[in-house]
Amino acid sequence: MTDDKDVLRDVWFGRIPTCFTLYQDEITEREAEPYYLLLPRVSYLTLVTDKVKKHFQKVMRQEDISEIWFEYEGTPLKWHYPIGLLFDLLASSSALPWNITVHFKSFPEKDLLHCPSKDAIEAHFMSCVKEADALKHKSQVINEMQKKDHKQLWMGLQNDGEKKNQVMIHGIEPMLETPLQWLSEHLSYPDNFLHISIIPQPTD
Amino acid sequence: MAEEPESALQLPPSSTTDGEGPTEVSPETATPEPPSSAAVSPGTEEPAGDTKKKIDVLLKAVGDTPIMKTKKWAVERTRTIQGLIDFIKKFLKLVASEQLFIYVNQSFAPSPDQEVGTLYECFGSDGKLVLHYCKSQAWG
Repeated sequence: MTDDKDVLRDVWFGRIPTCFTLYQDEITEREAEPYYLLLPRVSYLTLVTDKVKKHFQKVMRQEDISEIWFEYEGTPLKWHYPIGLLFDLLASSSALPWNITVHFKSFPEKDLLHCPSKDAIEAHFMSCVKEADALKHKSQVINEMQKKDHKQLWMGLQNDGEKKNQVMIHGIEPMLETPLQWLSEHLSYPDNFLHISIIPQPTD
Repeated sequence: MAEEPESALQLPPSSTTDGEGPTEVSPETATPEPPSSAAVSPGTEEPAGDTKKKIDVLLKAVGDTPIMKTKKWAVERTRTIQGLIDFIKKFLKLVASEQLFIYVNQSFAPSPDQEVGTLYECFGSDGKLVLHYCKSQAWG
């Protein structure tokens, strides 16, 4: 049981050291310094990057700013996927810190969903929890919860341990004989899904 | 207006229609649970034909949202929820700025980039996927 708690804690409080850099073609009034942040694996990009946004907007003119979006090596990053999943999928073999490029122009409509507000993230998160619950328990768990319990789930994610310092950077490469049930119970994201990244092995 | 096409959901140009029109979903794809053997077996060439097949989607209006005369549509598996939302909005002649929400199981709103094929495999029953649509948020 203690073992389990350790696993859960490491998974829940995992962080990824990240360096945000403004896209070279964005127009600035002064030079934009990169911004460093430890990103919680279980959270969402647009939920934890208020400081990043502020940092870059300080050196930009209002008229050059539209909706913020993020990109890694040419791939726009979907804010509606958990951060840890994005990292494992796209950057698990890259050097740290994770280099993310910040854009304020040319929103890639085809690749990304708009994120007009924190409410949009909350709605998406709750929908994921409900979808997972529909799959796993035929919606019994969510239906027994009240509105305030739903709110608490979300608040829990938002406030998750500012004080905690565990850093689990990478996703876990499970032994191939690990039962999926165990993975699901211990390594699921807060959205209640077990996200499995399948990454082709480099051929060389 | 009076002559709506039969239950064939017309696709925007990007995807190629093979001119088959509405296709019946064959019984073996109709099981709600995904066949575990198929999920585990590595790289068979079979699925290619399967992914092409359309699935039956039943669209139901919620609240004061207008109903559609045709409720049952054959939809490509790869069509996204956003694609479906765009189609319904056009069909109901809603203004682009009006919102439309789609729900599965009358409980959750799948994210707009999810494909209906995936939802069908997880939540379909009796050979079809039932989706509710609404102009306002029906189920928080």
